[in-house]
Amino acid sequence: MSVLAAAWLIAKKDLVVEARSRELAYTTVFFAFACMLVFAFSFVRDGRALEGVPAGILWVTVTFSGTLALSRAFERERQGETLRALLLAPIERAAVYVGKLLGLILLMTGVEVIIVPVIGLLFDAPIGRAPWLLAGLLATGTIGLAAVGTLFAAMLVRAHSRDVLLPVLLYPIAVPVVIAGVLGTAAIFAAEPNLAVARSWLAMLVFFDAVFITLSLWTFGPVMSE
Amino acid sequence: MTTINRFVPFVLVIALVMFVRAPFMIDAAPYESTMGLIQKIFYFHVPAAMMTFLSAFVCGIASIFYLVGRKRTADHIAVAAAELAVVFGLIVLVTGPIWARKAWGVWWQWEARLTMTLVMWMIFVAYLLLRRFGGAGSDVLAAAVGLFGMALVPFVYWSVNVWRTLHPTTNVVISLPPEMMSVFGWCAAAFLLLYLALLAVRVRLEVARAALEDAFLAVED
Repeated sequence: MSVLAAAWLIAKKDLVVEARSRELAYTTVFFAFACMLVFAFSFVRDGRALEGVPAGILWVTVTFSGTLALSRAFERERQGETLRALLLAPIERAAVYVGKLLGLILLMTGVEVIIVPVIGLLFDAPIGRAPWLLAGLLATGTIGLAAVGTLFAAMLVRAHSRDVLLPVLLYPIAVPVVIAGVLGTAAIFAAEPNLAVARSWLAMLVFFDAVFITLSLWTFGPVMSE
Repeated sequence: MTTINRFVPFVLVIALVMFVRAPFMIDAAPYESTMGLIQKIFYFHVPAAMMTFLSAFVCGIASIFYLVGRKRTADHIAVAAAELAVVFGLIVLVTGPIWARKAWGVWWQWEARLTMTLVMWMIFVAYLLLRRFGGAGSDVLAAAVGLFGMALVPFVYWSVNVWRTLHPTTNVVISLPPEMMSVFGWCAAAFLLLYLALLAVRVRLEVARAALEDAFLAVED
């Protein structure tokens, strides 16, 4: 079975499980709302968000809810002891990684589709100004975060202190992705938008994604062979 | 390994002598035109940064060897290099703001190179935290983290040339006048010798710790 076919099977399995319970989807979306609320109270003055803040709020929300979704997606595997079953299956290790990655990206896309309009509404952010560019930034940023996050979450499934170690390991490495995402989004949301700058950050994100996915694919096999 | 260890005391003595002479050389070096006395932190700040990057590379390459071949020596070197990256990185992150406060008026600025250096430092702190608190199997996981840390080093070096900001560009060292270049070379050599000696000592400590752990496990069995 080809890597992509096996990966799609794994992703489909995750989506079917998720569709039945909708546990991750509901809780992640509401966690994102709660996150936004906390930031709203931190950065709002006189009823309006401070200049340049909506972009930051969006990306912090995406990062935090993504981390939560990651750790809980793999917690599900740990409880069912299905990760070992996946690793024993007669498919390439890379397929397990790509499958989990696809599942997570689809989940995060669903969350972002809900969050972005809400942020546009609550913080008066011009999300309609350059919708494809914004979507591109979010997509590449989410892929970058998910690529490294899936690797580390899978690595940490059996580790001690895994709940706190996932953010401790993930955030420093994901910082370039967050910087590029925030600065690109801020360039779109600014009072005088600079779409050329946003496009160059998008190019940077594509580059980061290529590097991170390659490195993660390469490391997943050796790391998971215990 | 034992042949390397025999050289360590000599290297340490040479490094010590060089460090004792360094302040006199730095004092005699000419002043830079705009920043005055504070610029002379450069003679320790930049070599420390070079050692941090070197250590990050050593850790990353050792991590690759460990991931591929699972050779314990590679793991020992990776741990030692990660620790030294954190130590020398701390020197950079402390001397940098001292210099910045006088030269730029602020302790810190969230610009490209400073941010990325801080991030890289934090990755290696995370490496050490993972090894300390991650439990069994964290040596392999940490190797993956070390690999990612090394992959970020080129970004740190290249970033300042792409985003032209406050931090001096990478052209400074190459274009130093000879009186400054000789002092800089002396300090860089001193740091390099100190780094190599510390690496050898730390690896020896790690080998001993692993041997002790093996002995404990053998007794338990």
